[in-house]
Amino acid sequence: MATATDAGSAAPRTALRHRLAEHGIDRNLLLLVPAVVFVIALFIYPFLYGLQLSFQPQPGMDAAKQYGTTPFANYRLFFADSYLRDTIWITLKLGVPAALFNVLASVPIAFRMRGRFRGKRTITTILVVPITLGTVLTAEGLIAFLGPTGWLNKVLLTLHLVDDPVRLVHNYWGVLFSLIISGFPFAFLLTLAYLSGIDPSLEQAAATLGANWWSRFRHITLPLLAPGLCITFCLTFVLAFSVFPSAIMVGEPSRETRVISIAAFHAQFEQYDYAMGSAIAMIMGAIMLIVIALVFALRARFYRGATGGKG
Amino acid sequence: MTITQRAPAPEETPAPSATRGRLVMRPGVWLVWGGVVFFLVMLAGVVGAVVVSSFGTRWFGGWLPEGWTTRWYGESWRNFNLGGVMRVTIEVALAVVAISILVGTPAAYALARREFVGKKLLMVTFLLPILIPPFTYGIPLASVLTKYVGQNIVAVVLANLVPSVPFVILVMTPFIEQIDPKIEAAARMCGAKTLVVFTRILAPLLIPGMLAAAILILVRTVGMFELTFLTAGNDSQTLVVALFYSVSAAGIRAQQEVDSMAVLYMLSMLVLLVVALRYVNPTQLVTQIKEDRPE
Repeated sequence: MATATDAGSAAPRTALRHRLAEHGIDRNLLLLVPAVVFVIALFIYPFLYGLQLSFQPQPGMDAAKQYGTTPFANYRLFFADSYLRDTIWITLKLGVPAALFNVLASVPIAFRMRGRFRGKRTITTILVVPITLGTVLTAEGLIAFLGPTGWLNKVLLTLHLVDDPVRLVHNYWGVLFSLIISGFPFAFLLTLAYLSGIDPSLEQAAATLGANWWSRFRHITLPLLAPGLCITFCLTFVLAFSVFPSAIMVGEPSRETRVISIAAFHAQFEQYDYAMGSAIAMIMGAIMLIVIALVFALRARFYRGATGGKG
Repeated sequence: MTITQRAPAPEETPAPSATRGRLVMRPGVWLVWGGVVFFLVMLAGVVGAVVVSSFGTRWFGGWLPEGWTTRWYGESWRNFNLGGVMRVTIEVALAVVAISILVGTPAAYALARREFVGKKLLMVTFLLPILIPPFTYGIPLASVLTKYVGQNIVAVVLANLVPSVPFVILVMTPFIEQIDPKIEAAARMCGAKTLVVFTRILAPLLIPGMLAAAILILVRTVGMFELTFLTAGNDSQTLVVALFYSVSAAGIRAQQEVDSMAVLYMLSMLVLLVVALRYVNPTQLVTQIKEDRPE
């Protein structure tokens, strides 16, 4: 696109340049070239490479043994083998509740934090800290804290709330907690940003007309916030969907929390079946895009327009 | 007469709704703050358990370890070759920051100032690496990088650039839009070429924005597990990846060594975060990104 400026030969050069400039194409667009080259070389090319690799099953691997080296052998194996196919549901079962919880819990908290008050910066900072913990430290901490001899179980046993230690790690719940700890601060920050972009005078106007807090929220704030919540949901879902370290460390990676990224990793780096690994990665991306498309289709039914505030 | 009629009306209407609002909100307020406190207590437990364990001698089932020591830090530093790992982490992070700023800022400038055919498509292309989970493009990327570059520090840097360059573009575009184009126009009137406009006019004005982007990229790169994990070889692991391997290999090493390593990781991230928050207001930044996002 940007190189088109230099393509014209000597004679019609000025004319072509003028015509291109009318469409906004001039030499300044050369500034885009390095970034475009980067994205093509390191993102688009590997993606297409993986895509064509996934249609070329490696001889001697499971897929080729069962279905021959036909183009769709990897995909057929993935959807025929329940151990592989179920990873989709396991991932969705973890990712959707985690993303929903993160978004829904951050709405009321962001509401409280909207105005100016003392210590707001401190509280925001503390809520942001988990972003820096990273999945590995969170997993370590969860094992130590929620494990059978961890502090939480000790408190529960001392208070006689339970008779036996509650099993919260090395299963579904451990991974869910780790997703909430690492995803919630992110969702909260985004929601707070979107909420502060909504002009408060809209709500005040509704209040002077006699609307109570629920109808103010339902008819004014929620429709204005909905697009932001959709984006927040998508971004937290992306984080939750590619869960890998915590699914291995605090989960039960062979059964209950065998998420799709573990299956892809297993194929790529343990079986050295690059074709299958790429195929699973492509399926992962496709599911991701389907979920995002569903969320945005839902969003299209809400009000779209300016939020009236600074945003 | 009209004045006396109108006067009580606006006073009456907000008053009942305000009191009703407050009465209903009360338990809600407590619930919200209760939730925040619960989350923070859990968080303190998770972090505290690791920190306490890293300073304890032996910890079997009691409330606290039997004694206190700092020797695990020295041992984990030696056993896991943390000096080397730290060096790799810093090298990777600095290289990613420098390259992504150098590549991303000019692109952000073009996107902020120009309207052209295919701009929407280009914006979507730049958004994709941020929207798609790293594992999805990381696996094919790892195959490509292993084939052409090998499993070394260059591959790690290249892989980490994939989400970083678009991130710089996203953060910098609103920063550039804030700058009055008249300043550049004036410089061009005086005969400055694009390069001079960049180095003498834009760069000084953009330093706060570049600093913010650099710090955010630094935090992201140090914390980025997936891409580094997929592309790193034995001698090009960053701190997160080394930490993950040491957890997977637990049993060979004392648990406390792993914990002390985790604490070191957390401390370095915390320092970065505190520095970052001095320069960047996270909520503001997100709002700026939001404005720019093509819908």
